[in-house]
Amino acid sequence: MRRRDLLKRGTAFTAGVSLTALINACGNTSDPSSSSTEGSSEGSSEGSVLTIVQGGGFPNGLDLHQVGTNRPAYGTSWAIYDRLVTFGTKTLEDESLSYDYTDIQPELAESWEVAEDGLSATFNLRQDATFHDGTPITAKDVKWSYDRAVSVGGFPTFQMKAGALESPDQFVIVDDHTFRVDFIRQDKLTLMDMAVPIPAIMNSALIEPHVTEDDPWGLEWANANPAGGGAYKLETFQPEERVVLVRNEDWKSGPLPAIERIIELNVPEAGNRRALLERGDIDMFYNVSEKDISELSATDRFTVVSTPIENCLYAVDLNTQAELSGAANPFSDVKVRQAIAYAMPYDAIVETALYGQCVPMYGAQSMEPSTIEWPQPYPYDTDPARAQALMAESGYPDGFDTTLAFDLGTQAWAEPMCVLIQEALAPIGINVTLEKVPSANFRGVLVEKSRPMIVNGFGGWLNYPDYFFFYSYHGQNATFNGSSYQNPELDKFVDAALRQEADTPEYEENVKGFLKIAFEEMPRIPIAQPYLSVAMQTNVEGYQYWFHRQLDYRPLEKV
Amino acid sequence: MARSSTITLVTRRTFAAIPSVFGVIVLTFILTRALPGDPAAYFAGPAASQEAIAQIRETLGLNRSLPEQFVIYLGELARGDLGSSLTTGQTVLSDLLTRLPASLELTLAGLFFSLTLAIPLGILAATRPGSWIDHGVRVLATAGVSLPTFFTGLLLIYVFYFLFGIAPAPLGRLDILYSPPRSVTGLYLIDSLLAGNLEIFWAALSQLFLPAVTLGLFALAPLARVTRAAMLAVLSSDFIRTARASGLSATTVLFGYAFRNALLPIVTTLGVVFSFLLGANVLVEKVFSWPGIGSYAVSALVASDYAAVQGFVLTMALLYVVLNLLIDLLYVVIDPRAGVES
Repeated sequence: MRRRDLLKRGTAFTAGVSLTALINACGNTSDPSSSSTEGSSEGSSEGSVLTIVQGGGFPNGLDLHQVGTNRPAYGTSWAIYDRLVTFGTKTLEDESLSYDYTDIQPELAESWEVAEDGLSATFNLRQDATFHDGTPITAKDVKWSYDRAVSVGGFPTFQMKAGALESPDQFVIVDDHTFRVDFIRQDKLTLMDMAVPIPAIMNSALIEPHVTEDDPWGLEWANANPAGGGAYKLETFQPEERVVLVRNEDWKSGPLPAIERIIELNVPEAGNRRALLERGDIDMFYNVSEKDISELSATDRFTVVSTPIENCLYAVDLNTQAELSGAANPFSDVKVRQAIAYAMPYDAIVETALYGQCVPMYGAQSMEPSTIEWPQPYPYDTDPARAQALMAESGYPDGFDTTLAFDLGTQAWAEPMCVLIQEALAPIGINVTLEKVPSANFRGVLVEKSRPMIVNGFGGWLNYPDYFFFYSYHGQNATFNGSSYQNPELDKFVDAALRQEADTPEYEENVKGFLKIAFEEMPRIPIAQPYLSVAMQTNVEGYQYWFHRQLDYRPLEKV
Repeated sequence: MARSSTITLVTRRTFAAIPSVFGVIVLTFILTRALPGDPAAYFAGPAASQEAIAQIRETLGLNRSLPEQFVIYLGELARGDLGSSLTTGQTVLSDLLTRLPASLELTLAGLFFSLTLAIPLGILAATRPGSWIDHGVRVLATAGVSLPTFFTGLLLIYVFYFLFGIAPAPLGRLDILYSPPRSVTGLYLIDSLLAGNLEIFWAALSQLFLPAVTLGLFALAPLARVTRAAMLAVLSSDFIRTARASGLSATTVLFGYAFRNALLPIVTTLGVVFSFLLGANVLVEKVFSWPGIGSYAVSALVASDYAAVQGFVLTMALLYVVLNLLIDLLYVVIDPRAGVES
């Protein structure tokens, strides 16, 4: 064997195509452990150690402001950093716990007052709070952290802007333990936005020595090293392998957590995650797929909690632009969009693709929205006759060929869903070809807005319909407006609602206004509101749902 | 004489590798950029706007022209800077340095398992061609190579971990109760022995067992088949007949003469098998949560994480160059006639 041949071999292998094919093969694997078996449950960890695995990736950094930090990293950051304020807890209908977005609670700030004119808020920091290295937390750190969040650019800055936090001038050090935020305008999202993971309070004195000219906020250092004062200290951080957290005994911003040590393990193979739980080698399996959770809850051996993900919809976006790559676009015809909405095999999708683990978002009775509850079912249901009639009235009575794109990363539910849609649209003359988009490419495809139909699973952090619509229907054409929908009238309702308090009649009127347009125009066809599911050993208690879809380790305990 | 020819060989091979490695660098650079997918859009986060994406594109240097990006990349490479991985948040160099030993240990263990099984089986089959042993070896080898590694892996986990609980949980290189031995070679088995810690050695070995078997089963076929074929060819040659006729014992003939001569094709195959095992690793690593470079490369590729993919390919290319050099040197040891000129 000549060296040259070997090198060629090596290059061909890594060329990407073969690798991606391999991953797909891997993702398709059904686990042979799915038949449930009597496993001995010898808990491997003692009372105050909690071992966790999770689906949907593994934390890839410690600094949420760094480009590329993934969603699981929010969970780690949530534990090792404090925010100024946080959300309270409420009990849901099924007795499970959830954060309460209407209830802002103290965290690092023990109290705060909003000025009489409603245009600033003054926060009193805890006098005795310290970072993990013992340095007292002062208003200087808070300002530095807020300045950083609004200045680094990218997603953090964007998220801060959603709460009208835009410029470092807004953040004022009053004294060592008093911090003031001046508002640009009165906005119901401002205080909420201070409780999301982005404005975490960082140890500025610890990071500043690592600041360079290219990296004025020390992102690179902070992404590999903790600089917080949160409830847990970082013991080990091995990317793609394990994260170990130990309790911060000096934590002042809330009640001391019950669990002393958190071990989070990376197990990429879903079947193995389940085997570990069933064997009793781990305490919690977080973010479980629809299929696994429906089977795990049937065994009755674990505590299973499924919570509808707030402000999140699995939907099919229909591109509303008049033309797509130079040709006339059938989906710009509202009759075609409505026809598809009536042709959707809703029940089959919910049963087959989502195993019933979701809240259906179809079948409402009236085109007039009766409440401003969100998400709420849309007034469409499977009605092939009506779909056919609408197609006949449309500009495309003979149907057309089109494509339906979905993210391969969400293949588990998106592929069966797309196949069902493909079958259901054939009788009304629409021939659908499925386009599987690799995850790396999917965001790019959403940004391009070049596909006629695309599966979109967008969810917003701040739980208001106007916030959701701003990203997914508004004419600003954000990434998640997969339909590229433009309608000045809807924009007017959304813009007005964003500026109003949620308990006013004007707000209700505006929300109903944009909901009605969405119902009639159907640029996106919601199918279901997905669940976030967790399966735990029965001795684990205190699990709470959070909008950031990560575990909060602090209230957990083992009994 | 022998020494100087070895040095000449090493130098010549090293210089001859430079164009290939450069070619690999250029090719990976172009290929990673030719892949569909926009890393800026991917890393911009859940609610990013067009401006946010543009801003990120600028941070990553993706708004520059390709030649410009390439020159910057070469400059960084010359300084030993492989860039930072966006998927792990670490520098690519440190990622590769921590992960390469894991992959190497797994591959070597798989190869070792495969060899200890394949060579005796191959010899057995060759000495009794057409017998039930021969057929048995053929079936085993065919089954090993035709079962995809992720399937074998999952099956082994299901049986030995899930059903019987003999094997430890498939959680990477060490059980969570242990911390890794002080790093000398990066191979836990060797490091734990160096540290004199038998407990960790045992723990690492038990974690390594199933993935190594999975990988080894996959490599069994080519090794066993080549051993059989080479042995058959040698055993039917004239000098073996002469040796037998001269009354040498069966063992001396088999191992002293026949096997020694059959080693050359086996070693060649070994080199090839080693390189494709490093590739087959990808799936085994995913299934066993093994923190190696294979699973690293896959995550990087899925995210269009250019720096990490390039670093991975470069490492593999260098690894192949070294591996080939080693095999060439091994030829000289096995067969002194196979000198520099061959």
